[in-house]
Amino acid sequence: MFRWIVARDLMLAWRRRADVLSTLFFFVIVVSLFPLGIGPETELLRSIAPGTVWVAALLASMLSLNRVFSNDYHDGTLEQLLLTPQPLYLVVVGKVLAQWLVSEVPLVLIAPLVGVQFGLSPDTLLVLFVSLLIGTPILSLIGSIGAALTLGLRGGGVLVALLVLPLYIPVLIFGAGAVDATIVGIDPMANIYLLTALLVLSLVFAPWATAAALRISLE
Amino acid sequence: MNWYKYASPTAFYPLAGKLIPWFAIPAALLFVAGLYIGFFIAPTDFQQGEAYRIMFIHVPAAWMGMFLYVLMAFYAGIGWAFNARLASMMASSISITGALFTFLSLATGSLWGKPTWGTWWVWDARLTSTLILLFLYVGFISLQAAIDEPRRADRAGAVLAIVGVINVPIIYFSVQWWNTLHQGATIRILGKPTIAPTMLAAMLTLLAACWLYSIAISLARVRCIIMEREQRSNWINQGSSSLEYKL
Repeated sequence: MFRWIVARDLMLAWRRRADVLSTLFFFVIVVSLFPLGIGPETELLRSIAPGTVWVAALLASMLSLNRVFSNDYHDGTLEQLLLTPQPLYLVVVGKVLAQWLVSEVPLVLIAPLVGVQFGLSPDTLLVLFVSLLIGTPILSLIGSIGAALTLGLRGGGVLVALLVLPLYIPVLIFGAGAVDATIVGIDPMANIYLLTALLVLSLVFAPWATAAALRISLE
Repeated sequence: MNWYKYASPTAFYPLAGKLIPWFAIPAALLFVAGLYIGFFIAPTDFQQGEAYRIMFIHVPAAWMGMFLYVLMAFYAGIGWAFNARLASMMASSISITGALFTFLSLATGSLWGKPTWGTWWVWDARLTSTLILLFLYVGFISLQAAIDEPRRADRAGAVLAIVGVINVPIIYFSVQWWNTLHQGATIRILGKPTIAPTMLAAMLTLLAACWLYSIAISLARVRCIIMEREQRSNWINQGSSSLEYKL
């Protein structure tokens, strides 16, 4: 069941490649806007790079959140999924995993490339990559709560941002903090460990909350 | 006496109406007393001069803002778990007051910061987490406002409030961590909390006043919410039949 959901969502995403690419390009464009707005001084860019890349990742993940449940909600599949005997927790984890693979992983992969634009050193790029790799699943997990709560509401997109962005703050702090630490020459592992702890916590609790929210939204 | 009776909005509505003066009047008296102590009796601070007196509003507002979020989540959770409509209504009612106090603590904080620190705003751990708390309130209120069906709004709000409550310590910790890493902007507010007894008295009096005010205003607002949601039920229409000639 779990694998079926992941496979199905991946297949659906593959049929609509443009959606995935648009999120990716959104990320790249937002990151590229900052040097244009601030100026091309390498020193300055290097110091704002972690925050910029991470904030852009947060915003890009907001964009793809609406797609996690809304298509299935509109064509009635979601209702059927809620009726299956399998625990809803697994269904949610499956859908979130698919969303992460489709929307976040490309972003994580391209982030080091974007980091080069900001003049980051190779080991900083590695930390950026690792922190995004650990941090973006948290974004997907927390974001799925917001997506489930706002299912079928008017103005869903903006509302999701209002609900979810404040909850993203710890991820942003630890994620950007890890990269920052590397730039100033401190060991980034403390941040990475905390980020991993957040990942474990959200993996345990967030799907549960999302499942509850889905039940509420589909009543 | 059966207290569960008052879990029904119908029974609670008149009770809330009777209780409001019992909280509102002491609140008003304590406000006056607290402001009097704060402005006329409490001594001038030797470091900050008269400017510190905004603390008498600022500190109770900040406490209430934090406390009301937890209380709101508690009520929302009760309303969700036990399917108690009244508890959910209380949660929506408290959320507005909580957001108001959080905003007030930020506003008075920045007014206080200007004369003492020289800026309206610093990215201090406490300020930042209060700002995030305000965002959480805004999320709760706007989610409830976006959902037309009241029971769904209650439950969705409950999920969000509980997720928020779990997150508040994490956010607070992460902001503190972030703040210690980015030294330079940090300003030690007071070395040690040495505080004159009259200052403490004024602050506690105003805290009690804010507390009672919150209870009174939440009860008043929950009465409005009950009215709005039950407008089609019999007991309200019976009560208002005498008003019908106005329409």
